[in-house]
Amino acid sequence: MIHEDMICPFCGCLCDDLVIETEGTEVVRVDNACTLGSHKLMNAGTHRLKSPIMREGGAWRDARYEEAIEYAAGILLDADRPLLYGWSSTQGEAQGTGVSMAELLGGVIDSTTSVCHGPSILAIQEVGHPGCTLGQVKNRADLIVYWGCNPTEAHPRHMSRYTTYADGYFLENAFRDRKLILVDVRKTETASIADEFVQVKPGGDYAVLSALRAIVRGREDVVPPTVAGVTKEQLLRVAALCKEAKFGALFFGVGLTMSPGKYKNVRNAIELVDELSRHTKFTLTPLRGHYNVYGSNEVFTWMTGYPYAVDFSRQIAFYNPGETTAVDLMARKECDAALIVASDPGAHFPKKCLEHLASIPSVLIDPMHTMTTPLVRCQIPTAVTGMDAPGTAYRMDGVPIHVKKFMDLGYPTDTEIIGSIFEKVKEVRHP
Amino acid sequence: MSELLVKNAYVIDPINHIDGEVMDIAVKDGYIVEDVGPKAEVIDAGGCLTLPGGVDSHTHVCGTKVNFGRYMSPEDMRAGREVRRGVKHATSGYSVPTTYANSYRYALMGYTTLLEGAMAPLEARHTHEEFSATPLQDMMANTLFDGNWGVMKAVAEGDIERVAAIVGWTLSAVKGFGIKLTNPGGTEAWGYGKDLRCIKDEVPHFGVSPAEIIEAMIRACEMLRLPHSVHLHCNNLGTPGNYACTIGTFNLVPDLNKTRQSLYATHVQFHSYGGSDWKTFCSKAEPVAYTVNNLPQIVIDMGQVMFGKTTTMTADGPMEFNLYRLHHNKWSNHDVELETGSGIIPVLYRKKNLVNSIMWSIGLELALLVKDPWRCLLTTDNPNGAPFVKYPEIIALLMSKKYRDAEFATVNRRTESRVILPSLEREMDWNEIAVMTRAGQAKALGITGIGKGHLGIGAEADIAVYPLKVGEIDPAQEYQKIIDGFSKTRWTVKRGRPVARDGEILVHGENTTIWVDPKISPAHDMSRDPEFTEMFNHWYSVRMSNYPVQDEYLKRNLRMETEATI
Repeated sequence: MIHEDMICPFCGCLCDDLVIETEGTEVVRVDNACTLGSHKLMNAGTHRLKSPIMREGGAWRDARYEEAIEYAAGILLDADRPLLYGWSSTQGEAQGTGVSMAELLGGVIDSTTSVCHGPSILAIQEVGHPGCTLGQVKNRADLIVYWGCNPTEAHPRHMSRYTTYADGYFLENAFRDRKLILVDVRKTETASIADEFVQVKPGGDYAVLSALRAIVRGREDVVPPTVAGVTKEQLLRVAALCKEAKFGALFFGVGLTMSPGKYKNVRNAIELVDELSRHTKFTLTPLRGHYNVYGSNEVFTWMTGYPYAVDFSRQIAFYNPGETTAVDLMARKECDAALIVASDPGAHFPKKCLEHLASIPSVLIDPMHTMTTPLVRCQIPTAVTGMDAPGTAYRMDGVPIHVKKFMDLGYPTDTEIIGSIFEKVKEVRHP
Repeated sequence: MSELLVKNAYVIDPINHIDGEVMDIAVKDGYIVEDVGPKAEVIDAGGCLTLPGGVDSHTHVCGTKVNFGRYMSPEDMRAGREVRRGVKHATSGYSVPTTYANSYRYALMGYTTLLEGAMAPLEARHTHEEFSATPLQDMMANTLFDGNWGVMKAVAEGDIERVAAIVGWTLSAVKGFGIKLTNPGGTEAWGYGKDLRCIKDEVPHFGVSPAEIIEAMIRACEMLRLPHSVHLHCNNLGTPGNYACTIGTFNLVPDLNKTRQSLYATHVQFHSYGGSDWKTFCSKAEPVAYTVNNLPQIVIDMGQVMFGKTTTMTADGPMEFNLYRLHHNKWSNHDVELETGSGIIPVLYRKKNLVNSIMWSIGLELALLVKDPWRCLLTTDNPNGAPFVKYPEIIALLMSKKYRDAEFATVNRRTESRVILPSLEREMDWNEIAVMTRAGQAKALGITGIGKGHLGIGAEADIAVYPLKVGEIDPAQEYQKIIDGFSKTRWTVKRGRPVARDGEILVHGENTTIWVDPKISPAHDMSRDPEFTEMFNHWYSVRMSNYPVQDEYLKRNLRMETEATI
């Protein structure tokens, strides 16, 4: 069976033009997707856990869904400071149920944002965000800047769908008419097609951004001959390219948000875009990783007022990244139970946090065995949104897309499982 | 089968010409009926002012831009925090509260129906998601067409039927309610960082002017027989001297509909500015109101500014950038491909500030100078002029000259020479307030026929009982009682069910999303039009098949089908 215009549940690009061919419950062919998306989709039915598993003594045993749900509700109800973490590879509907449950439990809910673009949000909360949808970039941009990211390998279709290789309504020959600037600490694949590759010494992003701002403001006299390994000559060239562009689009990744300077780097980048907007049109977009990490920010925001790291222990929504973020909570050994949903802290969190995770009662909701599995006491497999479950996801530019289901393997969805846990919680703790 | 009897209500129901009659209101299964049985639940209104549920015909409470206002403003969230209690979720926020907070606060003020003023079609799904998290009001979304490429191309070709066909297809696809134009053409120009000054300027690359877009859309709106008229945010918002552009726009408007206006001009306060720069800035409410008085085809809302902190947000991207350059706080912008733009900045309106004081005066002047309250509705363009929780204060200002004078004495002294507010003696009565806050709004939106804005038999049982004894209060003198009374209902009844009582939220309800589905002939079906589908598949970043909002995003909903003439 051929399914057209399907949506890829891999990265924040949410490409929606995939053609997927299935035979029964097997995916036999995927067209239009990148390597990353293809791999995810081609292996849709493989490596899935058959049923919930629970730890007993030193070993795993299979469990029924009812039992696992009962266990999950139990540990959350017993906890003084439960943490509900993850949420970036699941549907918006599950995220919303998670927020309501965290609220009733007086727990903390956080998404993987706190280890990727959390600093971008802090910067946005200080100075705002001059952005646009990706189609606006595709149709208009004659200058693309990628900063601290490597789209060729991490967002492989970003350039063909939205930037360098995409047809643009206002550009006669989009590929030839567009300029590409790459700023990074190392020469990645993307550098090979860039018109300008700006190699910054590690930790030098803030200084380079400041120098560019000074030049755009007409104060090139204050810029020294080299800034973090970048020559003044090149900085002047880059600034000129930016000012000459009719429409410039800056994209940045965790190379900017997680390098020294963190949110201050992003703030500086936003203020550069703001400065450039006085000369021409310029926009900025964070390159979001997981396909629905931005959705978690949206859902959390309309329900609680804050995009991530929301603490309900005071019965109000309280937000203080650095205190209420998952890593900090775990490092301080503060949480005494954890529900991990659609994410893999086992692969990404510091060792100290994982030691704590392994020491507390915890449940993982994930279709497959992951690096987090060995650290938890129970895992509940669910359907994969975009394969065997539909749902809402938000693209990196904030466009909400309905992710579709194209096969049925009989698994419950994340929303159903979290909803069932929530029902159990409500039986004990009435709203 | 639920039955409710609201006894001893002092009813003002302008649509049914009831002005201060003490009566009982019977409700069965969510609708107002002649009578109910003896087992009906009884609410004793105790002779208190009882009105149809409030209707807000222009507010910003749900959607991408509203949510981004929250996202970028943790400082705003620290105000308005309330703990979770009973059926009530925890709330946060003052000027851009969470969905729950918006819903609760509107319900406490007796509001039961809201129109989200601006929804970008591409991002409509988001608005509907937030609608489903708004428990206590029925919701509608005006849909943005100001920079719509398909529309502008059809206007350039002079093909009004095609304009109507595109609008109809889009409304139906995104489950929108009416046509919204925000700075028509200007938002497209902003795609390259430009703006348009007024209605005769040409939109770059498209060869059309705002005047042509507005006129074509008014005609298309009538062809589609939409319940609401074109809902316009004029060009050149917020600049000194823009009143001329506003009047020029109004004078373009043909009178095409006998039952309602042909144009709803929103937040006209922001469009009634005189002077040639900020130094000579002054009120031009008088000529604008005069024009409105002479053109029955136009209804406006005030867009009243109230002092204090707020967050401004609009699809008018270039305007927000200009405002940002004045305020230097923070600025967000979000252009939407082929459709529209938007911007957000926080603002503090200060009494010390001359411009802010004049703005405050202009909104009130407009309301007092437009003779017919059915044609000037009470709004703040929430949250642009002020958060909606300021409505009770605005009501008091309109009802009491004494209150206006007392407030005027506290604003920038130089305001006096720039406005005429102190010379206006008019004091509105209860009936006029009922018109400006519900009956007139429902009529302008074209939803009286589905039982909104009145308490007649068959109407939706949306009822607000305020702790105000009309005969015992002199609004002109006791304005504080007016503010307190309209801030918190004694009872708010939504679809026959009491949802708020004396400041307490009683239920976690569910709303109805009202949307319009024009029935268009197959010859004008845009989903089969090669040029239209090609535009989609080439220039949008989503496929045409993934664009429409799926039915599952609408929970309870009311589809208003119209018989289009194309």
